[in-house]
Amino acid sequence: MKKLLIGNHAVSYGAMLSRAEVIAAYPITPQTQVVEELAELCASGKLKAQFIKVESEHSAMSACIGAAQAGARAFTATSSQGLALMHEVLHWAANARLPIVMANINRAMAPGWNIWADHIDSLAQRDTGWMQFYAETNQEVLDTIIIAYKVCERVLLPAMINLDAFFLSHTAESVEIPEQDMVDEFLPPYNPEIKLDPDDPRAFGGLLPPKYYMEMRCKLHSAHRNALKIIEEEEKNFFKIFKRKYGLVDEFYTKDAQIIIVTSSTITSTAREFVMRERKKGRKLGLLKVRVFRPFPFEKIRGALKNCQKVVVIDRNISYGNAGIFATEIKSALYGFRNVPVFGFVAGLGGRDVQLEDIEGMVDFARKKNFSKDEIWWGLKK
Amino acid sequence: MKENQKLPEIVVSSGSMKINKTGSWRNLRPEIDYSKCIRCMICWKFCPDACIKINKEGIKLAPRENLKKEPAPEIDYDYCKGCGICAEECPAKCIAMLKEKK
Repeated sequence: MKKLLIGNHAVSYGAMLSRAEVIAAYPITPQTQVVEELAELCASGKLKAQFIKVESEHSAMSACIGAAQAGARAFTATSSQGLALMHEVLHWAANARLPIVMANINRAMAPGWNIWADHIDSLAQRDTGWMQFYAETNQEVLDTIIIAYKVCERVLLPAMINLDAFFLSHTAESVEIPEQDMVDEFLPPYNPEIKLDPDDPRAFGGLLPPKYYMEMRCKLHSAHRNALKIIEEEEKNFFKIFKRKYGLVDEFYTKDAQIIIVTSSTITSTAREFVMRERKKGRKLGLLKVRVFRPFPFEKIRGALKNCQKVVVIDRNISYGNAGIFATEIKSALYGFRNVPVFGFVAGLGGRDVQLEDIEGMVDFARKKNFSKDEIWWGLKK
Repeated sequence: MKENQKLPEIVVSSGSMKINKTGSWRNLRPEIDYSKCIRCMICWKFCPDACIKINKEGIKLAPRENLKKEPAPEIDYDYCKGCGICAEECPAKCIAMLKEKK
């Protein structure tokens, strides 16, 4: 069934169709409608889940951790300051290997207060051990939540589905809502081997001395590396049933492109439009969308960038004292593989619009220069 | 099989943690003066480690005749770490924290 859905409601429907059993969330702009819709779905009986009202995001994630440890499928959603407050327990969820799925509406950090799109909130949680997906459309948001549960429960890792504040969260798009029986066919009930159980009492997360700590962290890292393969497998299974696929990355005219633009989230759609316009003029431009950021798809990125002459990375974030985070990671993927100039643009912070003209300007900048040592802040007031 | 492969994916005990008798950590030892204890069970409610058991038979030493057959609290010294929360919360002030004899 097709329905006009805002991104936030696409999140709620994704959680409902995945048959989330425990939902613990705390409202925050621009995520509130996710929680509102889920609360209504629970109240009306459409979704048979325990809805736990909590007093903070730290408690929301803690409740999800308890639920997942007891073998329930747990879900939460947050944004920005809320995600930052979860930080401690994000490590816990990953280190305990709990397959929790969370939606994060990408929003800037205060001060000064800003509720608009910016990726610094989720990227600041890069090293917590969570898988990270960045969605371009509301359809992708809904589908990714379902795919994420399947992947998480196979590799025993939590996943964060990121969508841009307002550009997706509050923008209505036509979304195909899958039938429940088809989702059930794709995603069977979660039934972990080891869980909190009074009939089989165990202590979880006990002391892990230096003798064993590294081994367990290496297992978590291996699970991430293995997840690259599992995500691709499950996307294939998803495609068989629903005829939609997204990939670890999405390549658009990359094969013969001289310049490739690298984006994530909603800037991708604008860049796609720009690439199509340029192609009509016969200019060899390409686009690489990084959809899965953790685990980082090194091989896919190397494959996509193997022939181009220049790379333009657009970052809606800044790692203070370094550069845009995607640009830094793209460079790390290319190290020792090929020496191609990477132009890192920092743009669209705090929800500033990145339009076709901006992308045109960035590509022009890259055409004229051979190299840029530092990141380029695009659109700063003179 | 190599040692690393034998390790589980998650940090979990193979059974109940009852084997870990935490009573040996104790420096202070709570002792209940049953001649003052009013059997309110507030100590049982507050114990963070579930180390206060309920003796359903009752204890003959009691401040009043009618309390002798009431369920009475008993400290499980195998696990009590001696935090003193029971003594702090006791409204009858009948739990003393004494120096543990090693």
